[in-house]
Formats: sequence, C-alpha cells, structure tokens
Amino acid sequence: MTDQAVNAAAPEIGRARLRKEDARLITGQTNWTDNIQVAGLLHLAVLRSPMAHARITRVDVSPALERPGVIAAFAGGDLAEGLGSLPCAWPVTEDIVLPDHPPIAVHEVRHAGDPVAVVVARDRYAAADALEAIEVDYDPLPPVLDLETALADDAPLVHSDKGTNRCYTWPLATGENFESVRQRAEVTLRRRYHQQRLIPNAMEPRAVVVTPIAASGEYTVHSATQIPHILRIMLATVTGIPEHKLRVIAPDVGGGFGSKLQVYGEEAIALAVARKLGRPVKWTESRSEGYLATHHGRGMIQDIEVAATREGRLLGLKVDLIADMGAYLMLVTPGIPILGAFMYPAIYKMDAYEFTCTGVFTTRTPTDAYRGAGRPEATFAIERIMDDLAAELGLDPVELRRRNWIRHEEFPYTTIAGLTYDSGNYEAATDRALALFGYDELRAEQHERNERGDTVRLGIGVSTFTEMCGLAPSRVLRDLRYGAGGWEAASIRMLPTGKVEVVTGTSPHGQGHETCWSQIAADVLGVPFDDVEVVHGDTRSSPQGMDTYGSRSLAVGGEAVHRAAVKVVDKARKVAAHLLEASEQDLEFTDGVFAVKGSPEARRTIQEIAFEAFTSHDLPDGVEPSINAETVVDPENFSYPHGTHLCAVEIDTETGKTKIRSYVCVDDVGHVVNPMIVEGQVHGGLAQGIAQALYEEAVYDDEGNLVSGTMADYLVPSAADLPDFVTDRTETPAASNAMGVKGVGEAGTIASTPAVVNAVVDALRPLGVTDVRMPCSPHRVWQAVRDAGRAGAGAEAGGTGPARSGQSGPAARSGDLGQYGEEGSG
Amino acid sequence: MTHIKVTVDGTLYDDEVEPRLLLAHYLRDRLGLTGTPIGCDTSNCGACTVELDGASAKSCSVLAVQADGCTVTTVQGLSANGEWTALQRAFHERHGLQCGYCTPGMIMAARDLLRENPQPSAQEVRQALEGNLCRCTGYQNIVRAVLAASGQQVPEEATA
Repeated sequence: MTDQAVNAAAPEIGRARLRKEDARLITGQTNWTDNIQVAGLLHLAVLRSPMAHARITRVDVSPALERPGVIAAFAGGDLAEGLGSLPCAWPVTEDIVLPDHPPIAVHEVRHAGDPVAVVVARDRYAAADALEAIEVDYDPLPPVLDLETALADDAPLVHSDKGTNRCYTWPLATGENFESVRQRAEVTLRRRYHQQRLIPNAMEPRAVVVTPIAASGEYTVHSATQIPHILRIMLATVTGIPEHKLRVIAPDVGGGFGSKLQVYGEEAIALAVARKLGRPVKWTESRSEGYLATHHGRGMIQDIEVAATREGRLLGLKVDLIADMGAYLMLVTPGIPILGAFMYPAIYKMDAYEFTCTGVFTTRTPTDAYRGAGRPEATFAIERIMDDLAAELGLDPVELRRRNWIRHEEFPYTTIAGLTYDSGNYEAATDRALALFGYDELRAEQHERNERGDTVRLGIGVSTFTEMCGLAPSRVLRDLRYGAGGWEAASIRMLPTGKVEVVTGTSPHGQGHETCWSQIAADVLGVPFDDVEVVHGDTRSSPQGMDTYGSRSLAVGGEAVHRAAVKVVDKARKVAAHLLEASEQDLEFTDGVFAVKGSPEARRTIQEIAFEAFTSHDLPDGVEPSINAETVVDPENFSYPHGTHLCAVEIDTETGKTKIRSYVCVDDVGHVVNPMIVEGQVHGGLAQGIAQALYEEAVYDDEGNLVSGTMADYLVPSAADLPDFVTDRTETPAASNAMGVKGVGEAGTIASTPAVVNAVVDALRPLGVTDVRMPCSPHRVWQAVRDAGRAGAGAEAGGTGPARSGQSGPAARSGDLGQYGEEGSG
Repeated sequence: MTHIKVTVDGTLYDDEVEPRLLLAHYLRDRLGLTGTPIGCDTSNCGACTVELDGASAKSCSVLAVQADGCTVTTVQGLSANGEWTALQRAFHERHGLQCGYCTPGMIMAARDLLRENPQPSAQEVRQALEGNLCRCTGYQNIVRAVLAASGQQVPEEATA
C-alpha cells in the first residue's frame, strides 16, 4: 500500500499515494477553527430553549451583565435588526411553505435547542456561567412530533401563521399508470419502513471565529464548514454585509458528512455580534449542544409498494414518503428526500413508477443533508422490499435482482425515473462479491443451522445499489428548483521556479483533496507530485467554488483540475514551439517534456516554459505572458457509482444480540485516482451505514425533548462495535467525464444499511419475523423474535422497539404494535 | 486561583489556574497546545487523550489542578526531535486517518495499549480503542496501523 516501492515514472492517477495532509494531522499542527486565537478575542455562548415549542414572553439578559468577565449579552430582539432569515436554497415546489427562520428566536421557540439569547465574555467559562443568569419566561405551546397526525386539520401548528404543518407535496409519475400495472400484476407487496433520525457526529464540533475590521466594515469568518463559498454569499444575504467585504475561511475541518453543509444561525449571530461590538468573537459548540443545534439526518416514513410477476419481473413501484423537516427549512432541507426520489427504482427495469413526498414540520431540530442525503433512504426501501419480494416468491434474493437489473450491454440506460445511467456492470460486481463472500457455502450453513434449530441464527443480506451523485448539471438543478448551479472551478498557477499551485473550489474536510488533486495535476503536467501544492477553503485565495458535498468533489472539482491542467499544457505548447523553432504539431509532450518529433535533443520541460513565461523575454507575438489557466466545469450528467454489498450476521435469538460475521462489498466507482483513499472512503461509509442499521437513533420523548442528547446516550460505534470489511472494486469508467471517475464518498453508507437489515431479517424469517425496525438493537431483535413466536408461524411480527421513536405515530409510542399496521403483504 | 506546576511536552509550566479548569482547556487555551482537540463533553470520544504520568488519560476528564506536579505528553511532544514515532508513521502509511480530528487521541491511546501489550491481536486493539471514536475511517485502517506499529505483519490490501 505504501508508495515508496512504486516506479517514479508510473502514472500518478491510480497510485496509492500516501497523503500530503497527514503530516500536520499526526503531529498536532492542525488549524481547527477552535484553535484560533486573536488579540482581544471574545467568547460567545448561546442560551437555548429547554422546550420544544413555546412563546417567549420575556427575556432579561441584564443579570448576565453583572457576572464577571461578561462584555455583552443580547436577546433575540436585540439582534433582530440587520439579521435576516436563514436561507433555504431549495424550495422544491412552487407552493412550498417557507417559514421565517430567525437565526435567534424572538417571539417563539420551535424546537429544544432553538437559540434565545447570547452572552459574550472574556473566556469560554465566563460566557457559559453567565447564561445561567439570563431570565426567560416561556408560555408553552403543544409540541408537534407525530408525522402523520401533524397533517390532520386540527393538529397544533409549528408555524401558526402558515395555517398548516404540510411544507410541500412533491409528486413524480413516469411510465405506465401504476394502478393499471398493479391490476395486471400477479404479486404486489406493500411495506412501511422507518428511517430513524440520525445525528451526523462529525468528530470536530462546529465552531466559528469572526474577526472584524470595524473601521472599514470588513469581516473575516473562520468556520468549521464544508461550504466557505456558499456561506460567504449567504452570510452577505442574511447580515447585509456586502459580499466583497466578507472573507470566509474553512481551515482544517474535522469531518462534515453533510452536517457542515449548512448556513447556521450561530455563524450569522457571531457575525452580527462582532459587527455590533467591533471585537473578534468565537463560538464553539459543545457536543451536547451540537446534538440540538446541528442539523439531523434521515427522519422519514416510507410506504412502498411493488407490483411484479410470479417469475419475479418487476412491473411497477409506488412510493409515498412523509419526511420530517423539523422546525425550519435550512439550506437544502426540503430537497433531501427529492434527491432520493429518482433512486427508488435503483438498478432495476420496470414499467411504472409513482412517487410522492410530503414534507412535514415538527418541533424538532431541522433535518438536512447527512451522508447520502435521500439516496440511503431510497436504497434502503427498494433493497429491503426486494429481499421481501424474493422471500414472497421463494426466489434467491440475488436471483431476483438478476432478473430485473439493467444488463451491462444496455448502458447508457434511461431509467423509469428519467435518469440516464452512463455506465455500469452489475453482473461483474455481483459475481465478484458472491465469490469473495462464499455465498453458496454460507447459504448451506444457514440451511443446516435452521434445520437443527440453532439458537444462534445466520442471516445473509444483499444490497445491490447505485446512486446519483457528483452534483452536477446546473440545468437539472434548475429544473429541480435548486437555487444554485452545480459547476466547479479550478485554476493552475505555474510558478516561475517550476512549482505548481492548484487552486480548487472544493473544500475538503478529510477526503484527501490535497493529495488527489496533486496526483491529477502532476499526471497531466508531467511534474513531480511533490512540486504541486493545493490551495483551497479560503474565498480570498480560492475565489470561486461550489464546495464539497454529494460526492461531487472528484467528478466535478477533480475534473476541473484535470481540464485546467490540459489548458496549461496547451498554452505551454505554443511557447515551447516558439522556443524550439518547431510547429506545435511537431511537438510531443511526455512526462512534462516538450520534444520535437525526430529530434529528441530539442526539448524543453514545462517547468522551464513556466520560467520563460515569467521573464517573457522571448514569447511568440500576441501570446500573453502566462501559461496559467483556469476552468469551470459543469458536467452534463450526474455520477452513478454502484456496487454489491453482502452481509452475514449471527443473531443470538435468546439475547437479541446481532454480530456481523462478515461483510463483503465490491464497489464500482469508475477509474480511481488513489485506491488507498477510495478504500478508506468505503470503510468509513460502511461504518456509518451499519451504524444506522444497528446502533444509532435520535430519540425524542412525547414532549419533544431529545432523550439521546449526549454522546453517552447516542451510540456512535467504536472499533469494538464494527467488523473488518472485505472490499474490492470493479472498474467501469464513467462516460460523463474525461477521467472516467465516479463519486465514492457516500457509496458505503448508501449500500450498507439495507445489507445489514436484510441480513437480520433473513436470519429471523424462519421464526416468522418479517421486519425489525432500525436500529436493530438487541432489545428490538429479541422483541421481534418473541412477538413472532407468540403470533405463530406466518403472522406479521412487525417492527418493534422502545416506546419512543418519535416520528411514526401512535403505533410506535403505544409500544411495539408493529409498523406495518394492517397493510402487510398483498 | 490555584498554583500548579506541570511539565508538558518537556517544558515546565508554573501557572495560576481556576480549580475548575479542565486540563484539556489548560493545554489548549492557556498553553496554546492545540494539537489536543476536544470532541465531546461526556468523555466518550477520546479525542483529547494525552499521557499523564505514563498512562493515557482523557484530558477533558482531568482538572488542571490534578495535573499539578505531573508530567503530561501530548501528540505535539511525540516528535519533538522531528522524527515521527512508529505509531505516527503507521497511521500515515496505513491511511489510519481522514479528517484527523480523532488522530491525536487515537495515537495516544494506542501508545498506551502497546506499552501494556506490545503484540496485541486485532481484536485486542479494537477493545483497547473502544473509548476513542472516529467517524471517518470505520476503524479498519486504524487497527492495521496499530498492528503495524507493533511490528506485526499486516495484510497490505483489504481484499480477501
């Protein structure tokens, strides 16, 4: 894996280069936002609502001012002037309900953790202490927690001025009419699945430091963000500070997973306070504060129905979602389920598809992007019901998929949902995965253990996924009513000494862009890897960008680096031809050297050309004195990685404990720039997907309090909770970019959750269990086994779980009645 | 205010601190040793792990006054002479980090493990690092890095 042994002349792309980023990270020489100290820095602390929903009748911050070290304190009303609503950039329908979202509440709080007042003090302890002195009177209002009853006419309202908790209804219907397909179907199956709320848990808590130059109205904002460029635009809009007076810097950022793809109230508040006081201000969230204040992910009820023939050919698919928006619409809240809308048909061919999503306001922390954002939910539902359908038809779940998936010779293929998948080879990835997994042997063992009634059951779960990522085509985003484009910028500066700066608009927070972009530039330019430096994350030095999310950085931003480098070579070629007194057509460019065909001694390196451009003493007439280049790339299609994931679990039916015995995945992410980094992305993705399947849930009580409110109550898995993964790849190059690359950042998360839950259900199916609700904790598994035993063979066991889950209605809260209700299988 | 004397990464500091000041904040805010990050407020994540008188400790769970008279080593003290330790090299070579926020704590906790158990099994590594959370790597390469740093043979590739 280490790169020392690799031939120096080998291409950089495809090579397991060790990361440039690591040196500072393993020695502690990092620059996290909370590390930043500037002269006169003040610390800001936020007082938050302890209630899910209440009218604020009085706030008195004056007692806080008496506390030692306190410089200022503000209630929401004190900051309201000059602070606009936080932005929602994705109003998915024309008639969407768009409530105001003040960065700090003034009249009403709508979720536990909504900010109501702030203190500014000389150090973080003094600021936290003084919060206790602030007096707030609340007039409680009813919480809104149940997604279905929230839509009733007489439901209490999250935003009373809007007259409804329905945020939007977004429909899609393609192909034949689903009703008519259902009528000719031999088999239909309806299921209800629950996507529990998740808390993203990037290891670095959020933080922001605002440094003002009050006299000239200039502000530098350091933030633990994935989106410095978007944040700059949005903070200008929210605060009224002109965009060109704002500089936003994302220094070292410790993970994001979507949670830092946001424009947060605290960023706007810190800016407003720094403007008011003319002093630098820092805010850093505590982890428990972040659980309330940083957006959550998932949170949906999924009703899904498939229609098929007895032979297992899919005819149609119908999906009805209810998606929990939480209390407000944040940057892309409403769009998250819509990113999944196109993915329910997944890799399968069918004749009809009908989809509806209803967004609902609740008095909980807002939801927004979390690793996968809409696609994990879609993949979960389709892959779960495919396994259920296979069981219904008595087919092997892999065989059922084979009968329906797009064959490799059918690409490019336009799916029923209207996406055109550019490339893929589901057969190859699946065959490889089955072999690595030892599928047939495991099935045989499973059969044997079931026969002898082993109390520890073996289950095998299948997930053959694809996803749409690499956001991407600006015109498609327009059609989806997204408020911005999907391009990415890159520029390359050829420095006089032959060194190279690559400026990218992507904003890494763990992905390794510094390494991978260096590999791309080094390959195209033919310069040493170590001669390339990557500049990012600062709107002054990297002025144009759309930032990092949605597995877009390589497919869009890396492609931009590639194209900018090609432009540099083209410009350098003109200069080289002039200096070598040859025509451009007679020049060869190999490993960074321009040589005249047939006269190899007549040569100039591109690094020499950079110096020639710097002196400009001998350039051809009419050529500008620079071989630098920049480009902005707007791909014409999304990126469609795919893969086959197989999970084997062993479940102790007496304790409910699930153990992952083996996990094999074969992903196809097209050509690979750095296989070591790709493997790492897959590992991390798997961990998060498995965490949803087995461990994590944001649990609320009936009053809207977040019960899993600290890291001690929310189970982020440790090394001891996860297995070793077996990962492999097939390579079907993308047709939508020059490098043939596809996104990888979210793949593991999208694929793994259904693989694990399918395995859990597969283990318990002989006992009469047909579903276990996530997370499949020992208690839920045990309960499912017990209920199935009571109900007798063949009865619906349904999902089970503690009597609090928050989103799914009376069934969940009255205790373990099961999530299918009466709908069951058809 | 309480008077403390504490040696951190080879330097003796003589300071007045509030009795409630956490060692993690003392290191970060007072000494500027920001190589030790803080990831939670419930001592679950382990990002702030340091060595305190020869044993690993979560510096968010220790008061600065409790470190009076003690010797503290942070990740910044490991390569003081410019040469990385075997663990640091292994984390780099085995891609045992992505965002790197958990890395200082992981390295300090792994150091403690290898001191007590110089040739741990993979499962022993997983158990020993249970108190250190990582959200990026899925832990597999961290486990490999620790095994490699212990001088044991580790498979080069994940594929079977």
